[in-house]
Amino acid sequence: MAGPAGLECPAGPAAQAEIVVTFFIRRTIGAVLMLFVVSIATFLIFFGLPRLAGATPETFAARYLSRTADAHAQQVFAEKLGFYDPLWMQYGRWIKAIFVGTDYDYGTGIEHCAAPCFGYSFRTNHAVWTDLLDRMPVTVSLTVGASILWLVTGVGVGVLSALRKGSFFDRAAMTGALAGVSLPPYFTGLMFLYFFSYQFDLTAPGGTYVDFTDNPGEWAYSLILPWITLAMLNAAAYARFTRAGMLDTMGEDFIRTARAKGLHERVVVTKHGLRAALTPIITIFGLDVGLLLGGAILTESTFGLKGLGYFAIDAIGKQDFPQIMGVTMFAAFFVVVANLIVDMLYAVVDPRVRLS
Amino acid sequence: MRNKGRVLAAASAVFALAVTAACGSGDDTPKTQEVKPEFNAALTSVFNPSDKPGGTLKMAISSDWDSVDPGDTYYGLSWNLVRLYGRSLVMFKPVPGSGSSELVPDLADSLGVPSDGGKTWTYKLRAGVKFEDGTPITSKDVKYGVMRSMDKEVLVNGYTYFNDTLALEADYKGPFKDKAADTKAIETPDDQTIVFHLKQAFGGFDYFAMLPATVPVPAAKDTGVKYKEHVVASGPYMFDTYEAGKGFTLKRNPNWDKATDPNRKALPDAYDVKIGLNADDIDNQLISGDLHVDIAGTGVQPAALPKVLQNNDIKAYADNPAVARLWYTSINPKVAPFDKKECREAVMYAMDRTSYQAAFGGEFAGGQIATSIMPPQIPGYAPTDIYPAGADKKGDLDKAKAALQACGKPDGFDVTMGFRAERPKEKATAEAFQQALARVGIKVTLKGFPTGDYFSLYAGKPSYRNSPSTGLGLMTNGWGADWNDGFGFLSQIVDSRVIRDSGGSSNLSVMLPEVDALIDQAVAETDVKKREALWAQVDKRVMEEAVILPGVWAKALTLRGKGATNVFVNEAFGQYDYLSMGVAQ
Repeated sequence: MAGPAGLECPAGPAAQAEIVVTFFIRRTIGAVLMLFVVSIATFLIFFGLPRLAGATPETFAARYLSRTADAHAQQVFAEKLGFYDPLWMQYGRWIKAIFVGTDYDYGTGIEHCAAPCFGYSFRTNHAVWTDLLDRMPVTVSLTVGASILWLVTGVGVGVLSALRKGSFFDRAAMTGALAGVSLPPYFTGLMFLYFFSYQFDLTAPGGTYVDFTDNPGEWAYSLILPWITLAMLNAAAYARFTRAGMLDTMGEDFIRTARAKGLHERVVVTKHGLRAALTPIITIFGLDVGLLLGGAILTESTFGLKGLGYFAIDAIGKQDFPQIMGVTMFAAFFVVVANLIVDMLYAVVDPRVRLS
Repeated sequence: MRNKGRVLAAASAVFALAVTAACGSGDDTPKTQEVKPEFNAALTSVFNPSDKPGGTLKMAISSDWDSVDPGDTYYGLSWNLVRLYGRSLVMFKPVPGSGSSELVPDLADSLGVPSDGGKTWTYKLRAGVKFEDGTPITSKDVKYGVMRSMDKEVLVNGYTYFNDTLALEADYKGPFKDKAADTKAIETPDDQTIVFHLKQAFGGFDYFAMLPATVPVPAAKDTGVKYKEHVVASGPYMFDTYEAGKGFTLKRNPNWDKATDPNRKALPDAYDVKIGLNADDIDNQLISGDLHVDIAGTGVQPAALPKVLQNNDIKAYADNPAVARLWYTSINPKVAPFDKKECREAVMYAMDRTSYQAAFGGEFAGGQIATSIMPPQIPGYAPTDIYPAGADKKGDLDKAKAALQACGKPDGFDVTMGFRAERPKEKATAEAFQQALARVGIKVTLKGFPTGDYFSLYAGKPSYRNSPSTGLGLMTNGWGADWNDGFGFLSQIVDSRVIRDSGGSSNLSVMLPEVDALIDQAVAETDVKKREALWAQVDKRVMEEAVILPGVWAKALTLRGKGATNVFVNEAFGQYDYLSMGVAQ
């Protein structure tokens, strides 16, 4: 069993399973290390770099206070938030809280922040993790709906375009795709709202969101425009990727062989052509979904959806560092996990990957 | 295949429409006839007057404000809203036009009675006022509300007027640090009387009694910073739902008695407040009638400006109220050559005032070209124009050159100008300075700073702005009145004693002992007319020193949502009066 590039594939199933497990473990450790690096980098960006620019523990504390706060109030708050401690100690405390939780004194009481405790916002007086969980259903709803929409339409249009290369449909679809990629969500979203919600009264106005568990119909109604807006952007890109992949694949020898064997064209396209062309699409899809789960900032802001993206932009605007740290780690987690899943899927689809 | 593709596309479109149609529009806003709309119809009179109760008033804002806790809020829009669920001792009269600058009793049955030359102020509470749970409100609840608001380490957002003026004991700690804490600075001889003792006479104490900090808070229900999650109502509405950062709804307070409250109509059955909507979308919703009020009250976004101003149907629902806010530039006398008054005067004369106005959005969205510090709606305002900018308002270059000659810099000089980098209007202002001053040889180098750190680390920090190496000669600035009164507008920007080494003060350039003395005199004056004249004097004196270049007295182009009744601008807030609005039935 000669493998590609001269590598020998293992013979026995037990040995093969061992390699698969080793691969998964290796990748998982890599993912955890990546998260660790992201956490250090994020912490240094928000707590280390400002110090180099002259920020003091008091000026850090001043961000949590009103402008009328005097020096004493700033000192008390800096003490309370641990800004006088060395950076490594502050970071260590933050990491420790993620694993074992911690208590926060919010001035008139103590609040226990259970693990995984991603910090405590002294602006909202909430544990960041609680807020993140509160915002997650919106982002998950947006991502799931939009990703299904863009995957189906993007791949579908891409395949049809590839099969009808040079036709009117192909040219029209690719022009549409170019427009879809070029138009930012805050433009298309506002246009959709203007026409469908305020002129024709067909869809929900901005700022509307109903939980799936409350009413699935209203949930879909409240999200149809954000889904379409977000899907338009990605569907266009996916259509172009799929078309290019299909054109490459359909010119391969194994396709000619499949046709020569007398297989039905539909089988040749779907079973052989599309399957091969979809491999890179799966990679991109995984990463895109991971990225969006961390927050679709523009779409959420445009439609006034209180998901993780809006949470992130709001936290940045208010310089709420615990929230920024929390949402950054949360987003990084999704991206890293999506990467991990894609790697594993790849390994299943293409055995060569396990040996690399 | 071609046909199948078309069928697929058509099916997708049909499915999308079916989903949307099946779910309906969800709009249950009652439609009604209203009076003929006109531009500025709500500026000085009531638009669409009505006493009809019912309906839900829909409000939205693009970004959250500090807090709904009456003791922890410092936003004008919030003070406007608080009156729905909280009653302070006195309030601004909810009427259109200049009458809204008048203080009237709210929880108290009359304005404060001064004694001891203005060092003691006494208020009597109205009888029969209750919290939302039916508990009678007493003077002790008002005292507790004020006491808790003074703890700036817990309730960090508010003002420090009570901390600064009450005759508090040196070891006073407040109720959050010591539950049994008490002070003789506020006495409650009986359940209906509250007496404030001040360190020194303060003639305008009624303005303090207007602050939301005097809204009663039941000590037993106070949860400190978390009180915002359930504020106990004393006004006509109480919280039905509250979701931090997302919005809240208000419903009627069954224990509010109209007989105890001559100021509130309490027309809507409920309020629906959404936080975090896209600002452009808010404008669109106001135009379409899906929304009644943009709570921010700062006017439409640039994208909507041409639509509003050029379409008469939309413009008819717009108002252009003046806001008691000044956009200005501080001229730092601690940075050479601005230590010489004539060099500062050169800037005053050379600046093109029309470009300042344009930077802030022009006549409607920006405001009126300012010639002094106090805006015209502040009682006591006296028109003054010490540095006339010519008939075309583009600057008097001859006088500017003469001033440069007098200050020993006939060919001009170099100066650095700071501005808040994330604020496009301030950046445009700085660029306008650069172009205008170049006409007389003054070379302006622009330096943008992060908005969040502008006052705490850079322009607001004396050691930075006055340093020979990092010195900022010019700094964009802006200030809105805490309330429409000389003290409320001027004290934080022209009193040198508010400047702190630790930074954070808005006063970046005014350090005049004579002005400080005038302020002390005005503060102690209990005669309103005399007090107002003193504030006008302060304004003129600061202008004479050329340490502030006034840019624009702010205006906003705001939209009345369709279906809103009883709409008018309350000058005290420069916004629609949220307390008086209703919903068409």
